[in-house]
Parts: sequence; C-alpha cells; structure tokens
Amino acid sequence: MSIHGPALHPGPVEPEKAASRREDAPPPPRPWTMIERGLAAVGLSGKALVIFAPALWLTLFFLVPLAVVLQISFSIKEFGRPPYSDMLSFAEDGTVQMTLHLSNYMRLFQDSLYVSAYFSSIRIALISTLIALLIGYPMAYAIARAPDRWRNILLMLVILPFWTSFLLRVYALSTFMRGNGVINNFLGLFGIPPIQMMQTDFAVYVGIVYTYLPFMILPLYTTLVKLDGALLEASADLGARPWRTFVSITLPLSMPGIIAGSMLVFIPAIGEFVIPSLLGGPGTLMIGRVLWDEFFANTNWPRAAAVAIAMLVVVVVPIMLMQRAQSAVVERR
Amino acid sequence: MARKPEIAADTRPWRDPSAKPFVRIRDVTKKFGDVAAVWNVSLDIYRTELFCLLGGSGSGKSTLLRMLAGFEEPTSGTIEIDGQDMSGVPPYNRPVNMMFQSYALFPHMSVEQNIAYGLKRDRLPRGEINDRVAELLSLVKLEDYGPRKPHQLSGGQRQRVALARALAKRPKLLLLDEPLGALDKKLREETQFELVKIQESLGVTFIVVTHDQEEAMTLATRIGVMNQGEIAMIGEPTDIYEFPNSRFVAGFIGSVNMVEGVVTEDEPDHVRIRSAELGCDIYVAHGVDCAPDQILWWAIRPEKMQLSREKPEASHDANVTSGVVEEIGYLGDMSVYQIALDSGKRIRVSQTNTVRGNPDAITWEEKVYVSWGDNAGSVLTV
Repeated sequence: MSIHGPALHPGPVEPEKAASRREDAPPPPRPWTMIERGLAAVGLSGKALVIFAPALWLTLFFLVPLAVVLQISFSIKEFGRPPYSDMLSFAEDGTVQMTLHLSNYMRLFQDSLYVSAYFSSIRIALISTLIALLIGYPMAYAIARAPDRWRNILLMLVILPFWTSFLLRVYALSTFMRGNGVINNFLGLFGIPPIQMMQTDFAVYVGIVYTYLPFMILPLYTTLVKLDGALLEASADLGARPWRTFVSITLPLSMPGIIAGSMLVFIPAIGEFVIPSLLGGPGTLMIGRVLWDEFFANTNWPRAAAVAIAMLVVVVVPIMLMQRAQSAVVERR
Repeated sequence: MARKPEIAADTRPWRDPSAKPFVRIRDVTKKFGDVAAVWNVSLDIYRTELFCLLGGSGSGKSTLLRMLAGFEEPTSGTIEIDGQDMSGVPPYNRPVNMMFQSYALFPHMSVEQNIAYGLKRDRLPRGEINDRVAELLSLVKLEDYGPRKPHQLSGGQRQRVALARALAKRPKLLLLDEPLGALDKKLREETQFELVKIQESLGVTFIVVTHDQEEAMTLATRIGVMNQGEIAMIGEPTDIYEFPNSRFVAGFIGSVNMVEGVVTEDEPDHVRIRSAELGCDIYVAHGVDCAPDQILWWAIRPEKMQLSREKPEASHDANVTSGVVEEIGYLGDMSVYQIALDSGKRIRVSQTNTVRGNPDAITWEEKVYVSWGDNAGSVLTV
C-alpha cells in the first residue's frame, strides 16, 4: 500500500483515469467501478482505503501533535512566542545544531512535587477503579441476570447520565457535598454537625467513581450476559455453593470484562483534571492539575510537555501489562 | 432389540411389587406461569436401572430431569431420592450429578480440573483426587488428554469428559440430558454401547432424557414416554414397541399402520373388528376391554404383515386384505412396500429379503394380498 505521493491526492487522478478507461471499454462501467479502477491504478484498493483513512486521521491529529509535545519537552522555557527554545538552530558556518534539553525530565525526579503527584494520581486512580469495580460488578451482574424486558431499561439508566454535560454533573455533585449542601442539611435534621466533604480526596473519589462507573458496568455486562447459565448449574450440580461458583466460575470467566472495565476507568482517572479541581482541595495532588498549573500559571510549556510525556509512559506501561494479561486470559480459553 | 441380558433378564425390580424404588416421583406438577410443563407425573425408578425419558420437544422430559437435579422446584408433588425427600434441597446438596446437553465444561479449566472440580468441593485430599481423576480418564479412554482445554477437544472427547466429570463424585443417580445429541450418527452408535457398559460396570442408576427413540430402545431398561407434560406409557422397550397402550405411543415409536374400526363381536377369548379402511374384518385372538359397536383403533407394525400374490387361507374369514403396490423402498436387509388398499388407505409392509437378488420379488403395480396373525396388532381404545 502506498501512503505517500499520489495516494494522498487521489481526487484529481481518478477522473482522468476513469475517463480514459471508459473510451476503450465497450460496456459503460458504473461510477463506483470507475472509482475503484482509478484507485487501483494508483495502487489503492478499497480495503487499503478503509485502513488508510483512519491512519491518516490518527497521524494528523494524534501522532503529529504528540511529536510536537515530545519536541517541546526537550526544550527550555523562554520568553517570547512560542515560549520555548528552538530545537534546531543554524550556526553561521552552515551547520545545523539540535539541542535536546533533558532538564525538564531531570526536574521531574528532583522535585518531589512531581513524584508525589504521580504517585498520588496512581493511588487515586487505583482506589477509584477498585471502588468502581466493587460497585459496578454487582450492578452489571444484576442487569445481566435481569429478565429480558428489564435489561434494556436498566442499561438505558446506566447510560442516561451521559446525556447531561459531564461538567454539569460534577458541579451538581458539589451541591450535594457542600457544607450547606443536600447531605449536610439532611444530617442537620438529626442534629449531626456538618461534615467536611468538599475539598477532600473523598469528594474526588465520589466524583471519579460516579463519572466513570458506566465505563466499568458496560464491559462487565457484556461478558456476564454471555456467561452460559449451564456452567453455573454444572458447578452447583458438582457440589459448589453459590459463593464457590462465583469465585471459581463466574469471576474467572468475566476476567476480560473486569480488565477492560478497569482500564476504561483507570486510564482516564489517572489524568483527570476537572474532578480534582472542582471537588478536590489544595491537598488533592493529581498530575492533571500539576500539568495545568505548569502550562497556564507558570507558562512553562517545556516542563508541562515533559510532565505529559512522563504521564503517558506511566499510563502506557500498565495498559500494556493489562493487555498482555487479557490476551493470556483469552488464550487460556 | 439390542438389550443387555444381564440387566434385563436377571434383575427387573420393577416387576417385583415389593421392591423399593430408588427414585420416587409422586404427582409432580411444574407450572411456568399458567403453562404446565409437567403435569401430574408419578414414576418409580429402581436402583441400577437405565431409565429413558423419551418425548418430543416440549414434552416436559427436560423439566422433569431438571427437577430431579434441583434446578427447578416442583409446583406440587414430591420427589424422593433414596428415601430422602428432595423438596427444598439445593442442587449442591443432592446425591445426584448431571451430564448436560451442551456438556457445560468449564472453558477456563483443563480436562483434569474439570473432572476434579466436584471432588475438590468434597475437600478430598489431593492425592486421592489425582487418583480418581486418572481412574476416570482411563474409564473414558482419555488418559493423555488431562492437561488439554475443552476447546482443544473434539465433540466426542468433550462428551466423554462431561461423562467423567459427572461420574467423578460417584453419584447414586446420574442424570443425562440428551447425552448423545451433539454427536454424529456413527459416533453416537459407538458411544451408546460404551455408555451402557460404563453404567453396568459402575452400577450407577442412570436417567437419560432423549428425543431419539432408537437411542432409548438401545440404552434403556425401561422407557417412560412423555407427551405434553404427562407420562404416556412406562415399560420395557419391547412393551413400548409391541404393546403400546395408546395411539400416541404406537405412533411415536417406530412406524405403524393405524386403522379405525367398529367392534362387531366382543367375546372373552376373541374380538372381531370391522374396518372399512382395511376392507376386511380383524380377528383378535384375545379379549379386549370394550363394548359392541364401540369405535376403536387397531395398530400393526409393518414387519408383522405378510405379502403374497395368492390369497392366503383365512382362518376366521378375517385378517386378509388386498391392494396394489405403489412404492417400494429397498433397504438392503429388507424392503418396505407401500400398498394402496381398495379403500384408498395406504399401509406399509416390510418384508425381509431372504433370497439373494430375488428375480421373483413382488414389484410395482402388482395386486397383492396382505395378511397377518391373530395377535400381530394392538387394539387401542385411546
């Protein structure tokens, strides 16, 4: 498959080709046959095109920006526009100099702020994922075992919150947890003094779990609904009590769903910015907020870029480990 | 029929009225909503029997089996296994194991782990579990397949693993739901005899659910024919085939010619039935519980009738009719003739091909006489 050159501009090439073919071929080909032939003439099949389109999209809007961020992370802060040093500089003797500043990365290890922010992010993401799993699994199980006519309604209820803006929902949570919010007012009726919930890690956990719970439930549901009821009956028949059946049969067979759901919660949670800034307090240290501060408060683009790249590495490693675990589970079947 | 003499001839506890049944099903009804899947079934099954529940889809045979396993509770009635009332006893506390139609092998466990699953639940010591697993693997001839996963096995191998797993806990009663249903014909025939052999060598009581009458005839010591949630007939394979108690049973098992008739003579030692469909009288050499002028049905198997070109001697001026050969199905060992009687009724007669390449065989469009013995058919009132 050729990605370069003419393939990038198939438009102007194909009508000419198609037109020339129409002259020598007696039966008039249909439009899509002509397009297909035109593409084939420049070495593109329909299959290649289907792969090519998203590849192009990802290259333009993911790989290229990532490369730019990577490049910025190797520069240093400067005053001006853009606010970072150039990577390439032209010396007077005609040589090109490439300057890679590693100071940003070294700084990440030297300043305890970043290290503790990473650890705190991972901790918050891990705990949130675990809570989401503990809440989501029974819900997914119940939906998967519900009668057919209820199942779609219940699934709808899980997805329903997505129809409201994410920002709005997180903000609405704060009205519940505020000092004079719904919960504290209710507790006040019984003479219980207000509890500090906002600006704590607790509020962040509530926010993350609440927001990402559907991402946990949906993959769990898809694996649990496919679980063959006869396997559970066979387990019971062989003398396993319900809990034993759950541990030995249901849980291992729903592992792909657990892994997929956990990844879908853990990965966005680790870089979460909105929830800790709206619900968390000054003590809630998360890498998303550090990144924001570097970028906007300190205008230190290179440092922010280094933080982002380091976070990518921190996230990519667990993803790869999990994917390996998942393919191992699939293979074991 | 292929039947194992050591069981059928030597021990037939169901013929002994004082024998204590191993499984007692009493007036069991199971309703799903308003629909009764099983209706008022009573059934006794004896130790070391291989009992077949035979019926079409929706006959309630699987529901009955699931109630024995404990997956469904009867709406009314009681089930006793080995003298113990099973109502409210969950599946994991019953002395019963089941082999599932889909086999239900645990896909994430190896063959060994599948077989050991039930033993582990009994908290047997590891060494004993390993011995038992090895023993079972050799019983089903899968010694080398222990570490494999179910998806690496063929259909027949999976079937044997499922059997080994169900037998692992040495249950007193083994329930088998269409055990051979997923196998192809050749494998099914081989496995049938293997299943009987295993059942006899272990002395376990088997209850097999099947829709395949041939399978039921081959396997069973007794068959319970089910129809629309009710037991239509219980009996040994020969009883079911030769002495059906109803038109349903006669028609369900094997092929049969059935005609309607009117009782003209009702004596204690014989009955005469006039059948317009057959175009002759039927003389039955035994008494039947019926009344003169009663309309009833008479059923006869194709192999119980004879064909001839000459009119045979009719002893009671009955049991002979005539017709024209319409179709011949040559099956090698025998031929099936479809005869159009003078009344327009079509009957099937099968004749053993005793002469090799018989040039004088009855052929198409020939007028033939069909005759049968005094006791060849069954008189059915329901």
